[in-house]
Amino acid sequence: MKKKIIPLILLIAKIYVLYNNWIVKNKFWNSLQIKIATVFSIFVLILLLLIVFKPDIFSYFKQKEILYKSYREFIKNKGGVAGTIMIFIIIYLALCAPFVAPFEPDEIDYANMSASAPNLTHPMGTDDFGRDILSRVIYGSRVALGVAFASVFLNAFIGISLGLIAGFYGGKVDNLVMRLVETWNSIPFILLALAIIAALGKDIINVIIAVGLTGLINFARITRSSVLSVKEKEYVNAAKALGSSDFRVIKNHILPNVVSPIIVIGTLRIGQAILLVASLSFLGLGVQPPLSSWGTMLKRGQEYLIQAPWISMFSGLAIIITVMSFNLLGDALRDALDPKQID
Amino acid sequence: MFGYIIKRLLWIIPVLIGVSLILFGIMQLIPGDPASVLLGPKASQEAVDTLNERFGLNKPIYTQYYLLMKNFITGNLESIYYRVTVISIILDKLKATIELGLTSLVIAVVLAIPIGIVAAVKKNSFFDYFSMMLATLGISVPVFFTGIILIYIFSVNFNLLPSSGYGGSLLTVQGWRHIILPAVSLSSILIASTSRLTRSSMLDILQEDYIRTARAKGLKEKIVINKHAFKNAMIPVITNIGNQMATLFGGAILTETVFAWPGIGRLAVKAVSYRDQPLVFGTILVLSFLYVLTNLFIDILYVFIDPQISYS
Repeated sequence: MKKKIIPLILLIAKIYVLYNNWIVKNKFWNSLQIKIATVFSIFVLILLLLIVFKPDIFSYFKQKEILYKSYREFIKNKGGVAGTIMIFIIIYLALCAPFVAPFEPDEIDYANMSASAPNLTHPMGTDDFGRDILSRVIYGSRVALGVAFASVFLNAFIGISLGLIAGFYGGKVDNLVMRLVETWNSIPFILLALAIIAALGKDIINVIIAVGLTGLINFARITRSSVLSVKEKEYVNAAKALGSSDFRVIKNHILPNVVSPIIVIGTLRIGQAILLVASLSFLGLGVQPPLSSWGTMLKRGQEYLIQAPWISMFSGLAIIITVMSFNLLGDALRDALDPKQID
Repeated sequence: MFGYIIKRLLWIIPVLIGVSLILFGIMQLIPGDPASVLLGPKASQEAVDTLNERFGLNKPIYTQYYLLMKNFITGNLESIYYRVTVISIILDKLKATIELGLTSLVIAVVLAIPIGIVAAVKKNSFFDYFSMMLATLGISVPVFFTGIILIYIFSVNFNLLPSSGYGGSLLTVQGWRHIILPAVSLSSILIASTSRLTRSSMLDILQEDYIRTARAKGLKEKIVINKHAFKNAMIPVITNIGNQMATLFGGAILTETVFAWPGIGRLAVKAVSYRDQPLVFGTILVLSFLYVLTNLFIDILYVFIDPQISYS
């Protein structure tokens, strides 16, 4: 029973939030943002109900030996657990922003115009337009996570493809691809992103492209070395001898060996991508106003540092907590997924 | 060894050609006619034609690249916004960037390595936990936020140090007062990662057999650590500093913007906001050149530090 107290409290809180939004404020299916929040809320609700009333559905995972061992290894790392919880909270806040944020991100509170200090209605104060900082920080998490996830997917896709090509075909192709990636890497990553944005223009899609194209070398190198280590194994030769196509060999026999290092690098990359997007926004070249993003808020906050330090402090804290959570999770995953420790 | 250094030096040339080709390729991504994008939608046909003529934008692509490189190297490439040659603006700002970069590198090395060593030697002490907690935090803090916090504490609250600008030569007090805050905030990331790595590398080395031997033959702990452990522990640390150079160069852009430091990084950001392509090309090429050069320097440093690697 003791184990169920936390999910039970969460369930009650969730039902209260939903009651408040769906029935009192009548926010259920009005706009796309709210639709997303509603769908995600129903999903969270079902998950919480299952955890409270039918906890044995997770026994399936316990039967999977390797997963369970990794899980036990992972649980030992307190930092990783804290990071995971924080990431769940941040993702929840991002997807359910319209339900959780006390105000709209661009709603102007005329009673608290021109940067009022944190008070009861505005726990983090307001900015120079009288917009609620807490709501803007919550809405900012959508931009940060959205751009970061999208760019890391792009990054992983290109990096892994290059690594697979280099490792699988070897010889001249390998040499060419890896030299290319190394040259690409010899431009410091922020500069590369700057050059891409200079060419394509300031736009949120271009930020995703710019961030997604930097740092390909991490994914490419790890994939290539994994491919090289399994390429000569008997089962790969057997698959080839049986007439499998290159694509099939890569998909069924090579990719599964690369999954765990890629998950680790991907998690760490998400933290880096959030930092990079915030940096670009801070330079005024990333996410453009009025969309609320942490980097843009920090930039405005610096202009009002003397009168309203809370603008930059809270947006900066949001960046730090998010990036640190992903870094902690990445480190913990690296320890947990290390095959040497699982054996 | 001498041959190795020469070989590494020569290797810079293809890398730089590659970098310039990549930047040129990215410039080709500009949607639409580059001349009218550069001059804005209201530009007259005459102005567009002049620009096309000047940069050879209506010539085939390899001629364009050749002209760009020729003009850049001979110092004829002109910035569209500033109306002077790219080289002259960059040379004007180069000193400030190098000063900032070197100062923060020195601060990072001087602080991080002793912190890491003490944390490793006094493992599980309060100092160890505290410094490693700070280091874990430090990796996640964006440099510009560190900068803003430092400005808030030292300039706004205590009014001790200037919050922005360049104070002139480092030989003067004013110059030092201006460089402290930007250099400290730029070095923060490097301090965090270097001290963490120094600690773990020291811990690895302290378990080696030869350390036990050194202790067993009755050497003082100080000598064991300074002579036997330190030098070997430094090899991965130096590799890491080399890897972190990209962060340092990127961080320089942000720090220069926060502190209005008149360096190339800030120039690059301005060039990107004005979409001044020749200047973007020049600044990024020069910064990449500096980056490649520092990495080369670190590679050469190995020759003197790591006797296990042979360079024949």
